Amino acid sequence: MFTTAAQLLDLTDKKLMVVLRDGRKLIGVLRSWDQFANLVLQDTVERIFVQRVWGEMRRGLYLVRGENVLLLGEIDLDLDDVIPEPYEQAPWETVEALYGEENEAKKRRERARARKLQALGFEGEGAGEGLY
Amino acid sequence: MLFFSFFKTLVGQEVTVELKNDISIRGTLKSVDQFLNIKLENISVVEEIKYPHLSAVKSVFIRGSTVRFVHLPATQVDTALLQDATRREAAQAGGKAKLG
Repeated sequence: MFTTAAQLLDLTDKKLMVVLRDGRKLIGVLRSWDQFANLVLQDTVERIFVQRVWGEMRRGLYLVRGENVLLLGEIDLDLDDVIPEPYEQAPWETVEALYGEENEAKKRRERARARKLQALGFEGEGAGEGLY
Repeated sequence: MLFFSFFKTLVGQEVTVELKNDISIRGTLKSVDQFLNIKLENISVVEEIKYPHLSAVKSVFIRGSTVRFVHLPATQVDTALLQDATRREAAQAGGKAKLG
């Protein structure tokens, strides 16, 4: 009940949405794991939401190192594939390019902000660690 | 281990967990482990429209290392007991340090 193993045990063989530290969202079936939340995901797809569109890419089998995991969400199969308004599906290439641009802009903003804060003697939370 | 024990007493309560990526997730605390990984059930996400990937999710496992803070129901926390436990643990740790 109060160990990592016990917590992950009832998620085994379920369809999960995994958020990684770099902001990636993976959706797949959890097949194996250990106490560090290292995970094996089967039939994985990667999904990107950006602005008002979303896209999906088949990825296959993943072994994710635990330190990169932000959270695991168990997908309610009744709500599965219900994409909330106003998001609309678009081709992967389009969505990926858009996402890349957004990320670049975000990085530039963050860098500018960090520079200003540093001049005032502040060091940002998780400096040097990509957290989205 | 104090906070692990403390969180164990809060199982079943409604809590809000804010992550380091600014997502706030409210839900019923289902379990916690020694890394303070947290399992929440019946979740609702604050500012849901900003996080569409969580719309089909009903329960989450949050890795302890990504939690910024946990917002607790004040009525469920016995602060006096918590203070006592803290002092006891500090005294024990202090005793060990002197012996070692």
